[in-house]
Formats: sequence, structure tokens, C-alpha cells
Amino acid sequence: MKEISLHILDIMQNSVAANASLIGLEVIEDEEKDILSFTVTDNGKGMSEELIKKVIDPFTTGRTTRKVGLGIPLTKLAAEMTGGYIKIESRLGEGTVFYAVFGYSHIDRQPLGDMAQTMHQIITSFEDVDFTYRHVVNGREFSLDTREIKKILGGVSLKENDVSLWIYEYLKDGEKEISDNKK
Amino acid sequence: MKSLAELEAIRNKVVSNVTMRKDDHAVRVVVGMATCGIAAGARPVMSAFVEEIAKRNLEHVSVVQTGCIGVCRLEPIVEILVPGEEKVTYVKMTPEKARQVVAEHLVNGRPIKEYTIGEADK
Repeated sequence: MKEISLHILDIMQNSVAANASLIGLEVIEDEEKDILSFTVTDNGKGMSEELIKKVIDPFTTGRTTRKVGLGIPLTKLAAEMTGGYIKIESRLGEGTVFYAVFGYSHIDRQPLGDMAQTMHQIITSFEDVDFTYRHVVNGREFSLDTREIKKILGGVSLKENDVSLWIYEYLKDGEKEISDNKK
Repeated sequence: MKSLAELEAIRNKVVSNVTMRKDDHAVRVVVGMATCGIAAGARPVMSAFVEEIAKRNLEHVSVVQTGCIGVCRLEPIVEILVPGEEKVTYVKMTPEKARQVVAEHLVNGRPIKEYTIGEADK
């Protein structure tokens, strides 16, 4: 993984696989506190305490086709390389919160990468799931709630060419607006 | 900034067009988006397909994602399924190759043989 946004995409896919109907993502960049963090919150099927301990091990996976899974171990390594860490809180039947923090100015911190592409892809790929997204750069915020968008669309698919392109442009505009706030 | 009001106008346009369509989304573009695919660059590939298909307004094509197809070393992998034709599997895809596949395969109906899995190890 070359970008933190790819780790985020991978972690959100886990939430989808856990049958979540609502997935929240918050990305915070704070140069003053020297942190970059992200939190994925879902209302999926959750994990037992035993499983939480095991998912950071590459030899645990939810997939049935083989016995290794690298998503969470890769994110853990990327965070720890920058003096950060990951934290997983989960309850069976209630959902999971995945938190990762990175040292913002650390030389080994991967770039955040293309958040517009990441959000566009997950939103349009899983139409039955609702997403809330909040990205804060040094206090300036961009947010999106697919429930709001779906209400306006009134049953029209997010995959409709014009709708899909509009969502992508909307995300790109929003990301550009807040990224101007970097030092 | 784009506004939500614009979205409403787009919605109304889509609704008025939707009744004119036949055999909706018959062609499927399937992108492998497991950890292996994502790490190898599947996200920009999928976006290139979505954007190019939307810009050309190919309404019979849908782009969907799937898990690991099983040949991680050849990711990003994209399968194209056209009804009545044999499945075509493209490997080691890039956004540039994706745009070529849209033009040649999806629009002109000619699969690009050199990007397919059969040619990968030659």
C-alpha cells in the first residue's frame, strides 16, 4: 500500500463484509499536534474479543478461499513506522470502531493520497450501505452523508453515469478546498 | 463548489431518460478489489473505467467490484463479461490500459489480446 487512503479503502471493505448498513469515516490532519488519524465506525456484526486479538495477525482472515489476510497487519505496520498505532474496539452484534494514528511529519508516513477516489469508489460500489465522511485539515472541514444524497436522488442509482460523475467532482472539489489549508 | 441543487437537476434529467432504455447494464466490468488488488493499484484502474464509461455515456455497461480472483501476482485484474461472448480477463492493468479497453473492447467490440491473461507470461 502506497497511500493511507488505500489502507482506509481496505478497512472500509472489512466493514462492508461485516454487513454494516452505516459506515462512518473521519480523517483528521492536524499539523500543530503533528498527527494524521482516521476512524472507521460501522454497525456491522462486530468481533469477539478473541477475534480482535487475532485480526492483527496475518494468519487470520475472513476470507474462505485461503488462510492469510494482510489488510489490518499492513495498516498496523504503516502506523507504527511513524510512531503511531492502531486501536480496534468491537462488540458482537453492535459494530466495530477502527482507529489509526500516524505521525504527521514522520519521514516514513505515507501520503494520505486520493480521498475523493477512495470515497467515490466505496460509495458507488455499495449502494445499499450508507456512508458518512468527514475530513478535517487543520480545522477546516469537508463532509458528506450519502443519506442526504440518496434523499435528493429519490431512488435514482448512484451508478447512473451523470450522478456518479457529479459525486466524484463534488468530492474532488471538497478535498481541494480543505487541502488549501495546509501549512 | 458543486452544490446539492445541481444534483437535483441531474436527477430530474436521469428520471426523464430512464424510460427510453432497453437491456439495461448488460455488460459487466468486474474489478478485483481485495487487499492484493488495492495494493497493486486497482483503485485508480476502477476509477478510470467508471470515468471513461460515464464520459462516453455507455449506459449498458456497469462497473462492479469483487474480491480476490486468485492470481494476486497479476493484479490489478479486470474481467469483462459481455452476454453471449466468452469472458475476457485483463491482467496487470493501469488507468491508461483501462481507457484503451473502454475504447477498443467496450465501444468497438475488439478485445485487446496483448493485455489478457493468456499473454501475461509470454
